[in-house]
Amino acid sequence: MAFTLYSLIQTAILCTNAIAVLHEERFLSKIGWAADQGIGGFGDEPGVKAQLLNLIRSVRTVMRVPLIIVNSVCIVLLLLFG
Amino acid sequence: MDLPHHGHRATKPRARTGPPAGDPMLFDDTSSGGPQMTNQGYYNSGYMSGPPAAGAGAGAGVGVNNLFTDPMANAAVMYGSSIANQGKDIVNKEISRFVSMNKLKYFFAVDTKYVIKKLMLLMFPYTHQDWEVRYHRDTPLPPRHDLNAPDLYIPSMAFITYLLLAGMALGIQKRFSPEVLGLCASTALVWMVIEVFAMLLSLYLLTVHSDLSTFDLIAYSGYKYVGMIFTVLCGLLFGSDGYFVALAWSSCALMYFIVRSLKMKILSSLSSDSMGAGASAKPRFRLYITMATAIFQPVIIYWLTSHLVR
Repeated sequence: MAFTLYSLIQTAILCTNAIAVLHEERFLSKIGWAADQGIGGFGDEPGVKAQLLNLIRSVRTVMRVPLIIVNSVCIVLLLLFG
Repeated sequence: MDLPHHGHRATKPRARTGPPAGDPMLFDDTSSGGPQMTNQGYYNSGYMSGPPAAGAGAGAGVGVNNLFTDPMANAAVMYGSSIANQGKDIVNKEISRFVSMNKLKYFFAVDTKYVIKKLMLLMFPYTHQDWEVRYHRDTPLPPRHDLNAPDLYIPSMAFITYLLLAGMALGIQKRFSPEVLGLCASTALVWMVIEVFAMLLSLYLLTVHSDLSTFDLIAYSGYKYVGMIFTVLCGLLFGSDGYFVALAWSSCALMYFIVRSLKMKILSSLSSDSMGAGASAKPRFRLYITMATAIFQPVIIYWLTSHLVR
């Protein structure tokens, strides 16, 4: 399994895209993974599920704009260079 | 002129008619280099085989004053050294925007004794008693003063040595080409990135408040290259049997080392809650993380070295 740095970049972009397309209302609420349902008490033990939901929500918020730019660049490059 | 004992070339006899043009760059003149040496912080110039370029740049300006009587050459040297300093400043400024240089310098503050003892510890950790990282007024001691502190010098050197060894092993089997070397390098690098990322993710998800920074994890993840080098060497020298024996030995040593080192940092980090129910789950998961990291090491060592020793 020989990895190149390019495959690492590809994997990162694909995984981030996968997290970014999880819609808050239509999908995450239906399976009980909405970000406001996970936070129970205010102790300093959020638990695995709450941390995961927090992570998903922050990735979606932070990476929205950079992902637009990176995806556009990728599309243009793939169109030009195959 | 008082030649410092740090200069490795200084012991060679030189002609009295003046040194060749490149010579003043080779030994750093620490007699006049007081200010820039303190700037370098933890760098131990006695260990490196040549002075840092900064030392040469500034030292050459001072050191060659006595030797160049031609004012044009003098001015040229001054100009060149000032350009080099400007370039160095620009590079430093750009790099320090992404990576904290002080934190990075801490990891490279090593000396010969530390490296030798650490290498022996990586290969035979079973007799080491005290695995605590020592602190000095809240900051961890640099690796030069504390054997248990992680460093980045050994992993980076071991990585480069592993690449050279891989090239040599492939060349012995007549399978070498420059692309394969690059592929080997990027594969090893990608696996390290994956491992560090997985560790960071699991430490975040389980809210383990340890003081393991990214560089610490890179350091602990890079120690396996020492085991890989040993394994590949034994495989080349002693054939397939030697390879598996060395693989077993370095895997066990590395697993023991990782478990003992990370146990101090992960398992004993304080969770500030007092709930009995929550506390019982945490040490279990932390143990899982430590064991998973330890189990991952021999798998990776086998994966990255088996194709070199056929």
